[in-house]
This record gives sequence, structure tokens and C-alpha cells, in this order.
Amino acid sequence: MSETLAPIAENLWTQEAEPTLLGGQLPDGKIIFPYPEGDAAEGVTPYALSRKGTLWSWTRQDFKPKEPYTGPEVFEPYLIGYVELPGETIVETRIVGASLEDLKLGMSMEFVVTRFNDNQSTYAFQPEKSS
Amino acid sequence: MNNVYIIGAGIHPFGRTEGRSGRDQGVFAVRQAMEDAGIAWEDVGCAYGGSAAAGSADIMVNELGLTGLPFINVSNGCATGGSALASARFAVAAGEYDVALAVGFDKHPRGAFNADPKSYGLPEWYGETGMMLTTQFFALKIQRYMQLHGISRETLGKVAEKAFRNGEKTDHAWRRSQIDLETIMNAPMVNDPLTKYMFCSPAEGGVALILASEKKVKELGVSDAVKISSIAVRTRPPGSFEVFSPSVDIENGGKPTVLASKAAFEMAGIGPEDVDVAQLQDTESGAEIMHMAENGFCEDGEQEQWFAEGRTELNGSLPVNTDGGCLACGEPIGASGLRQVYENTVQLRGRGGERQVPNDPKVAYSHVYGAPGLSGVAILER
Repeated sequence: MSETLAPIAENLWTQEAEPTLLGGQLPDGKIIFPYPEGDAAEGVTPYALSRKGTLWSWTRQDFKPKEPYTGPEVFEPYLIGYVELPGETIVETRIVGASLEDLKLGMSMEFVVTRFNDNQSTYAFQPEKSS
Repeated sequence: MNNVYIIGAGIHPFGRTEGRSGRDQGVFAVRQAMEDAGIAWEDVGCAYGGSAAAGSADIMVNELGLTGLPFINVSNGCATGGSALASARFAVAAGEYDVALAVGFDKHPRGAFNADPKSYGLPEWYGETGMMLTTQFFALKIQRYMQLHGISRETLGKVAEKAFRNGEKTDHAWRRSQIDLETIMNAPMVNDPLTKYMFCSPAEGGVALILASEKKVKELGVSDAVKISSIAVRTRPPGSFEVFSPSVDIENGGKPTVLASKAAFEMAGIGPEDVDVAQLQDTESGAEIMHMAENGFCEDGEQEQWFAEGRTELNGSLPVNTDGGCLACGEPIGASGLRQVYENTVQLRGRGGERQVPNDPKVAYSHVYGAPGLSGVAILER
């Protein structure tokens, strides 16, 4: 599915079989997301973030945001949250493959690229499928 | 630094006023504040003011009079009013002026605020994918806080219930009728766990405060001047969790509110236990709960008990948001922080009428919070 969709932004996640979000590492070792633009990128090393983490917080967006939101014309509530990537950073993300009732503090989450609108894909995390 | 006093306070009712611009609501508030202080526009030495969405303040001289005074526009987001007040206080404390004006006003379109990613130094995709909403941030912050510190959904509802109960008694409030707990809890969800009655709405309004030196207070013979004991404005430290953050440091850092609160208490030489009435930023129900702890009034998690016992009611041990706060008054960004100081001035002068807190309050505390992670605290004493 996501192969036919254009990423919402370039260099937000890596283009490989198992993509990861692209963060940055500051000279002091601290890891940030996203990789900064312009002068702020000076001295920041690109850093491929972990694909797995734990749920830090969450909510559901129940009303259609105003511009610059470019989601589907017909609005469906969506989940967002923060996922802590151990030893790295805590990233804000869409959450897919779950309903509000499924979400619990500290549950295991994994990275996924997902459909955003008719033409574009975005990144998300989903509850980790237990193997 | 010299002592600085509030000698006049004016407010244009908050809410929706068709046909009156935001700035005209500011002018209305300035005229009321001058009348309250017993001074004329010619007596005002300098002025600081602004709005987030209703234009520049200095054009007010067209209505108020071309006296040649320096009028400095303040554009500091949610801290616009607080920064105007801090600046006006510095001008008087430094001895440069005997009378200064701080004014804030605004007029926002209906519906949630929408922010432009570029103006916050953020990439376009952050806005496009629907993650750049202030309401989400507040929901995400209280969701985690509830899990960690055992705050119930019902307590979120009680915060809103109290706000509308106090708003009913407040002539400048927008929402002036009570809403019962069940209605609040069962209202449509905006961002889980917060329903629509647990959020404040963008609104309109104006507030003006006249500040004066001790010399001027004596000269005018003002008997009910309120002393500004301290003002502290702080931006976010590393590792804090703030609105519009695509990522958060894993090392939990400080909070701008904690920094501003500590600085303000230290400057005033008092502690949280000395405060008789407090106005705390309540953009939504969860914010009031978390800000009670961040400002040092209770420990994390104790709010559950506080609300069960009604300790922040008008007759409680620490009345909080006595005019209904942002929840009942709405949020005109440029005026909101000054409304809190206005309300504290009303309470300290004993002019609160139906909403007056008992026992002759002596110390009043106000706290404003906003994007991109800043807090302003003002402590007043009578």
C-alpha cells in the first residue's frame, strides 16, 4: 500500500525494507527528532531511531483540525500519542492498529508506515504484535 | 527597586462582542482602569500592551489622546499581557515613570486555535498530519499525569463544574450558568480524556491595569492600592514537556511553571502556604490540576483529595480561579493573563461581591502558561 503513496515529507523516515524514523544526534550525545532543517542542522549527525518503544501517553483527535491539516476530506477520529524509544528520545506519533480502549501506559509499540490521505503516507506506531 | 502598586483595574467583559474590535475592548478597559484610579490619560507616563490576533496596541492613542507618551507594543503569545505587566512594573520600579499602563486585548475567530508550523520553527508535515493542536498537548499531558498520579476522570469534571459555578457569580465572565457534573462528563469528547466543557474556548476581551509608584500613591491618596510583590516570567528548561513538541527528552527535566513559581515566591519572600487566593492557568480541567502541584500548592496526586474536600472552592482553604478562570471566561490570548491579575486585585480590595473569598485575603497569586513553553507568575499583596 505505502509503496504507491508519497511520504508526507522527505527524509522523515528511511527508505528501506524496515524503515525507521530519522532523528539527529547532537554533539553532546543527546538524540532529537525530527532531524533539524537549516542552520539548526549544523553539527547534528543523522541518527536512525529504534523501531520499537513503549507508550508514553495518548489521546484521540475527535474533531477535524483546521489548516494546515491535509488529512482525508471525510474526517475520521484518529489516535496520536508519544512513544518512548529506550535510550533515545520520546517521539510524537500517530497510533494505528488499536482503539482508544486498547491503549495502556508502557505497552510495547512498533514503527509502521501508514496511509495518511489519498496520495500520501505518514509514520505511525502500532501495538507490537506478539510473535 | 522601588515598590510598585496597582491603583486602577479595568476590564471589558469577556466572551463575544459583535461590532466591537479587540482594540476597542482594550480602550474600554483602559478608560475603566483610569476612572478606577482617579487619573486622566495625561497622567500616564508610559504604556505597554498588545494582542495575539487583534492588532497593535499603540494605535490606541488615537482614541485615548495624543499626549506623546511612549507606547510599546508587546507581542509575546500567551504571555503578552504578563510581559506588558512585567515591563510596566520595571518602568516604574526603575524610577523612570510614576504611572504606567499595562493593557492586553484580543478577538479570536470561533473554534480551536490553528497554528502555523513555520512561525514556531517546526516542519510543515507536523501541521499537515494533524499533530500541531494545543488541545492535543493538554490531553496528552493530563492523560499521562492521571496514570502516574491517580487522578480520576470525575475530578476533571469537578474542575469544570467549579469554574461554571464561579462564572455564574462573575460579571465579566462569558459562561454565566452552572453546568452539572453529569452533563460535563457526558459531553462530546474533544481529546480523550477531555470533553468539550473541560476546555476553554478562544474568545474576546480586554484588561487594563494602572501601575504607580509609592510617591504617586501617596500624592493621589489611594487607600486600596495593591502592591506587586513579584513577577517572574520563565521560558522552558531542557527536558520539559511542552506544547508543539515533535519529541521530548527521555531525561525528565524541569518545568517553566516550577521555575517561575519558585522565582516569584523567592522575590516576594513568602511561600505557597501564605497565599490566600490563586488564579491558575486552566486552559482545560487538567491544566488546573497539574498547575496546583507545579506552583507548589500541593504534591502530585493530592488534587484528588483536594477536590473531594472542596478545598479550592470560594470558601475553601485555597480558592482557585474565583472568576471561573479560562473555562468560564474564555481565552482572548492577549488579555487572559491580565484578567487573572485583575481578578486578584478585585479579591484583595474586597470587591468580589457574590464571589468574594472570605476572611479578608492579603496575598493573591496568578499563573499564566502558554506556547511554546513559558510561564508567568505574579504575586500581589495588600
